[in-house]
Amino acid sequence: MALLETHEIEVFYGDFQAVFGIDVSVEEGETVAIIGANGAGKSSFLNALAGITPSKPDAITLDGKPVGGTPAYEMVKKGIALVPEGRKLYPSLTVEENLLIGADGKTVDRGWNLDEIYRLFPILKERAKQMSTTLSGGQQQQVSIGRALMANPKVLLCDEISLGLAPTIVKDVYAAVKEIQARGTTVLLVEQDLSAALGAADRVYCFMEGRVTLTGRPDELTKDQIQHAYFGMSDA
Amino acid sequence: MSYVNTIIQGLLLGGLYALYAAGLSLIFGVMRLVNLAHGDFIVLAAYVILALSSFTFLPPVVAFMIAAPFLFALGWALQKYILNRTVQSNLLVPLLVTFGLQIIVQNGLLEAFSADSVRIQLGPIETASITIAGISMGVMPLLTFLAALVVIGGLNALFYRTKLGRRLRATSDSPVFAQIVGINPRNIFAIAMGISFVVIAVAGFFMGARANFDPSVGPARLLFAFEAVVIGGLGSLWGTLGGGIILGVAQELGATISPQYQVLAGHLVFLLIILVRPNGLFSKQ
Amino acid sequence: MSDTHLDTSAAKKAFRSGTDGYSVAVGTRTFRIAMVVFALLIIGLIAAPAFVGRSQIRDMMQIMLLIGLAQCWNLLAGYGGLISVGQQAFVGLGAYFMFYCIIYVGMDPLVAVLAATVGGAIISVPIGLLTFRMQGAYFAVMTWVVAEVFRILASIYPGLGGGTGTGLPRSATSEMFGIEATATLFDMRSSTSREVVIYWAMLLAMLVVVIGAYYMLRSSRGLALMAIKDDEVAAESVGVDITRSKFIVYVFAGAGAALFGALYHLQKGTIDPNSAFSVIDWTAYVIFIVVIGGLGTIMGPIVGAIVFVLLETFLADFGPWYLMFLGALAIVMMLFAPQGLWGIFTERTGIELFPTRRRLLRDGKERP
Repeated sequence: MALLETHEIEVFYGDFQAVFGIDVSVEEGETVAIIGANGAGKSSFLNALAGITPSKPDAITLDGKPVGGTPAYEMVKKGIALVPEGRKLYPSLTVEENLLIGADGKTVDRGWNLDEIYRLFPILKERAKQMSTTLSGGQQQQVSIGRALMANPKVLLCDEISLGLAPTIVKDVYAAVKEIQARGTTVLLVEQDLSAALGAADRVYCFMEGRVTLTGRPDELTKDQIQHAYFGMSDA
Repeated sequence: MSYVNTIIQGLLLGGLYALYAAGLSLIFGVMRLVNLAHGDFIVLAAYVILALSSFTFLPPVVAFMIAAPFLFALGWALQKYILNRTVQSNLLVPLLVTFGLQIIVQNGLLEAFSADSVRIQLGPIETASITIAGISMGVMPLLTFLAALVVIGGLNALFYRTKLGRRLRATSDSPVFAQIVGINPRNIFAIAMGISFVVIAVAGFFMGARANFDPSVGPARLLFAFEAVVIGGLGSLWGTLGGGIILGVAQELGATISPQYQVLAGHLVFLLIILVRPNGLFSKQ
Repeated sequence: MSDTHLDTSAAKKAFRSGTDGYSVAVGTRTFRIAMVVFALLIIGLIAAPAFVGRSQIRDMMQIMLLIGLAQCWNLLAGYGGLISVGQQAFVGLGAYFMFYCIIYVGMDPLVAVLAATVGGAIISVPIGLLTFRMQGAYFAVMTWVVAEVFRILASIYPGLGGGTGTGLPRSATSEMFGIEATATLFDMRSSTSREVVIYWAMLLAMLVVVIGAYYMLRSSRGLALMAIKDDEVAAESVGVDITRSKFIVYVFAGAGAALFGALYHLQKGTIDPNSAFSVIDWTAYVIFIVVIGGLGTIMGPIVGAIVFVLLETFLADFGPWYLMFLGALAIVMMLFAPQGLWGIFTERTGIELFPTRRRLLRDGKERP
């Protein structure tokens, strides 16, 4: 039994369907990346896992228990924490407050606390008393990841954590992901940056138009396969 | 000298307006809600305190302390069971629901207490005054101003020094994304409304002790509160105190022309400020 | 001005020429039948003074007054997204303008009503420029503050009785245009015929406002407003000038409120600041009417006004309890049936009088 599974999950925004029956499974300790073009349904899928968009109870299981449709503020307490697209820090809170408030969603101690976050992202300690809006994009991304880790989740969901960052900063962010992974935290990434995703993930799912078009280990997949799955054509 | 006196009196009156405004400012800050029944709830609180002290023969201050938790519960329940239903809809729904509440509260008070004007009796302190540097200041206006300082200072401490304050600010920043750290925004909204109602109780106590009131005076309190909040800059609590003071001074200056000009002068200064600085005088933007 | 402002020009051509058998329709068959019924109803209303009593005429005047005011507010909130709780400013100003024109300018009362309407439109421009500086809920409270300013000014101004108010001189109303002719026509006393003349003026005013509102909504301006209602950002991105459209609605509603304020006070014959600028009478009740009847439809305010007058007739003796019931009813409607009574009726039956939506037809038929 995988730690986190989806079963034919569908996601709707009003009348618009973004995800059409997707099955994804994430084993404990694994890092899984979901890749795909804009509008492939990746973020919708992740938002459903985080409880921000509704889904059917049986569509998501955590440790075999149905958790679909749980509101986001309960989902984090069950062990699914989200690093949202665009970081979504609280602008009226300082860096440290942004991190501390993350612990509001903590129910089990898995070793993540303020000291550990500062050890992972030392610069944040220096910036602790600053307002979160005064940080650079990369630092803000660190705060967002740190805030989610403060909940001590079973699964960390990361939505486009490379978005808007310079390539060297993306490398740093993914180095941190490796470390988080090494400490035993399960990670599910949504990523448009192919090389970052393939570099970090144990397994990859490719989404297109709300469906899974390809799955496998990064080293097994060929460029052609990915291109086909990504863009829906065999040769560009 | 007489102008200095007028300004001092206006400043003290501003304390009362800041008390009216603090609760409105708080809920606007947290949930972007303008409670059109705010003034009527202030009047309701004054009646509750008055009725409690006349039934139990307890001093009004004790009656206030008994009433405050009940008003917290009323505000909490109002948000939880009625106003939370409006938070996801467009602007119209919360405005109209609070407008309906206004009619209900006004007429409920009319039915319960009649249209006669009443006052919370505090005894000799009502007329007591002290003279500093030749300016006579009423003890009650001074206490009101002090209460405004305590309330606003207290709310600021709550917002910036407590875990609850952190949650209130995060929810204010984004009700949707406050959820990802385990905050249920609806609970936070209900707590914020409860706190607003405690402030309403303080405002009601001082309003009722300083002047006669009847069930119809609520809307005017709402407008004063609103003007203080907007002059001060939306969402800034100390700004709200500043806004209240400007309004109080404007009204006292207007009143020196003729009593009829008191309220008018306040409104006109408010409108003038909107023309010049629509974001308020003390806003950060 | 183009009638289909929001369409791309290519699509417009296709619709116009009926390429592929598509065409655009607004009206429905029910609408055309309803128009015949309405025409008959209007004829009946014009003739009513011949066969109903004075108290019925008064009831009908009240209904028409409320329909007119509710229609203006409906246009503001339901289409313009402008939630004003200060329409009493225009009601009171219209009434005071009219009194001034009659007493100091010596105008015929009906001319003074027209002057008050124009005055309402003119003054709504600077008021709008001020209130439009605030948005949403703040706009709402701003409109209220402005109304309070005018109420206080009216109570300070000594020329029309200050705080206690004044009455119209008997000579002004007894010599009003049309009174004699009406008195002769129906063989009635001049005090009665005065009311009949005001009744007709009220009927005309109501028709002008309802039909005016309807045509505004069917025009490109109306489409722009509906675009605002659906999505402000999207509307702006296709070039709809939102502020301008909202402003036009605001002026229309201001003029309408002034018109009805003038007519009501002409019938009443007296004026005072507190009742002329009453937030309860001219805004709270009007809002409840629109909410109960159904916001955003032409029929909603009409249904709401009739229901309101019926409720008032049967329940007004309960005093504050009745008003509490009204407040609670408005809240319940807003929370659980925001589409209002007419909206519920339309959902159940599919009947839509005064349709304002445009439907795409294929070969002249509804698409499946």
